[in-house]
Amino acid sequence: MTTDEATLTSARARPALWRDAKIRGIAYQVVFVAAVAGFIALIVHNAIANIGRQNIATGFGFLHREAAFGIGESLIEYSPADTYARALLVGLTNTLHVAALGIVLATILGTLMGLARLSSNWLVAKLARVYVEIFRNIPLALQLFFWWGLLDKMAPGPRQAWQILPDVFVSNRGIIYPVPLSNPAYKWVVAALGIGVVAAIGLHRWAKRCQAATGRQFPTGWVALALIIGLPAAVFLGFGAPARLDVPVLKGFNFSGGDAVSPEFAALLIGLVVYTGTFICEIVRAGILAVNWGQSEAAMALGLRSSQRMRLVVLPQALRVIVPPLTSQYLGLTKASSLAVIIGFPDLVSVANTTMNQTGQAIEGITVIMAVYLSLSLAISLAMNVYNRAVALVER
Amino acid sequence: MSDARTVPMIELQSVNKWYGEFQVLKNIDLQVGKGEKVVVCGPSGSGKSTMIRCINRLEEHQRGRIIVAGIELTSDLKNIEAIRREVGMVFQQFNLFPHLTVLQNLTLAPIWVRKLPKKEAEEAARYYLGRVRIPDQADKYPGQLSGGQQQRVAIARSLCMKPEIMLFDEPTSALDPEMIKEVLDVMIELANEGMTMVCVTHEMGFARTVADMMVFMDKGEIVERAAPKDFFAAPKNERTKAFLSQILAH
Repeated sequence: MTTDEATLTSARARPALWRDAKIRGIAYQVVFVAAVAGFIALIVHNAIANIGRQNIATGFGFLHREAAFGIGESLIEYSPADTYARALLVGLTNTLHVAALGIVLATILGTLMGLARLSSNWLVAKLARVYVEIFRNIPLALQLFFWWGLLDKMAPGPRQAWQILPDVFVSNRGIIYPVPLSNPAYKWVVAALGIGVVAAIGLHRWAKRCQAATGRQFPTGWVALALIIGLPAAVFLGFGAPARLDVPVLKGFNFSGGDAVSPEFAALLIGLVVYTGTFICEIVRAGILAVNWGQSEAAMALGLRSSQRMRLVVLPQALRVIVPPLTSQYLGLTKASSLAVIIGFPDLVSVANTTMNQTGQAIEGITVIMAVYLSLSLAISLAMNVYNRAVALVER
Repeated sequence: MSDARTVPMIELQSVNKWYGEFQVLKNIDLQVGKGEKVVVCGPSGSGKSTMIRCINRLEEHQRGRIIVAGIELTSDLKNIEAIRREVGMVFQQFNLFPHLTVLQNLTLAPIWVRKLPKKEAEEAARYYLGRVRIPDQADKYPGQLSGGQQQRVAIARSLCMKPEIMLFDEPTSALDPEMIKEVLDVMIELANEGMTMVCVTHEMGFARTVADMMVFMDKGEIVERAAPKDFFAAPKNERTKAFLSQILAH
């Protein structure tokens, strides 16, 4: 009887070849892999043939040759006598600079706007809504042209510079602001800041243990703030408050003193932050709204105050909705920083473009760009995935 | 019992509430004495949930007075917080915190609101988990429990705040039939210990067992109130009769 059943089932399990789901699946995969391999072979063959015909040298040897072009602004030392490798490194640091600042500022702006959109204050909520609808729906490239035009073309020369804050000027040379003159006291102020931060962390740990043991709640936030701000301030005052600033002063046709960011950098940063901020705003709003209202009601019924409800009940659940799309926004901002090329900010793509023009090493140049953005994106993804795992909800 | 009624724990005096043009509560007068159990029933949309949600200010009333445990509910946040500390509430949808373990669900409010030491809060939590007969689920997450277990955790969570009054808003309506009894048993035990309770429920067997007073609501007003034996045997109002015949028909 068992053999009968076996033959019966095996006979039923053998349909025609072209109707067998398993065989079909394998066939599709074979065809797909063959097509991709063929396409890659075609491209490689084409490239080799063209390079051979035009007598272009291949390889990354050019990186050690002299670049012989200037770069408008750089975080590291650079002169046209440096190598192409150095020039690309300058581009990379500029990209990292604007992307890192952009991610931090866009997160702050987006979170504030997201909370504003949920505000019960009519005016605040509507203003946040107007901000989102305007800046989310205009192409980023256009916005970059706008900010750049405003800061570079519309802004007056240094003599008629707009003073937006005391001693902060906007002119077509960039945004110029005062910086403190170096003074031995500042070393100690920075040291005091470090001690304040360490003390605040220690205090937080102690307060947590204390609450677990006795139930007494310590106003950690305020005391920590006092430590972090108060200690450096006390040291600063102890040194007799040597608050001498290097103030920008108009001398001839330009400012001297102070420090400045270029119109290009400022335009790129503002554009990226304002644009990405709208998306982060909506992500934060959606994350908070995704937490069932019943959760807030249960917390209220237990007597938790509104700040405790937010911190202990709503935010931990909202974060798991917020973090994955936030990662996409960070990747988007980093890659969109390559639009720097259209307003002339020397980011990686801009420098690589110049390099390719001068050397003709297009394949290598593109490879460098691709490798850099791929590594950056993977690094951001990795960091955010680690964070996401930390805040993820254990449900089952 | 008449003795107990001299101390009113909950007092509603001609309470009115509107949603826009629509009046959900019409001149509600209700007094609940210490240790008294009131069961509120009525057709859906009759305002019974809204009424008990007004008692701990999950809903705001617009006219009339509400006095709970001697404290009047106004927009004064201090009063609202004080009342919420004294009033526990159990919801139809449980509303457990899914990101916290059962034990953390139970200790959250005692630690942050009552300011208890963690150890003390956990001891109390384990005691109440035993009381609702799930002592061994402390370290699981709510999503790992059955509906009946979740609702019992929700009851234990409220009890951990040692409230004077418990409000139940259709606590068994979202449960599978075989889990209703385990929740009702816990509620009956609680009632027998002298907890002041206001329950919105359609479990008429439960009502007969524990209620000191039945309240029937329809269209935002209290239509009839009576001791359970009179209420079920000889309802006076036509609307009550119609409702009872509907609900007791099967």
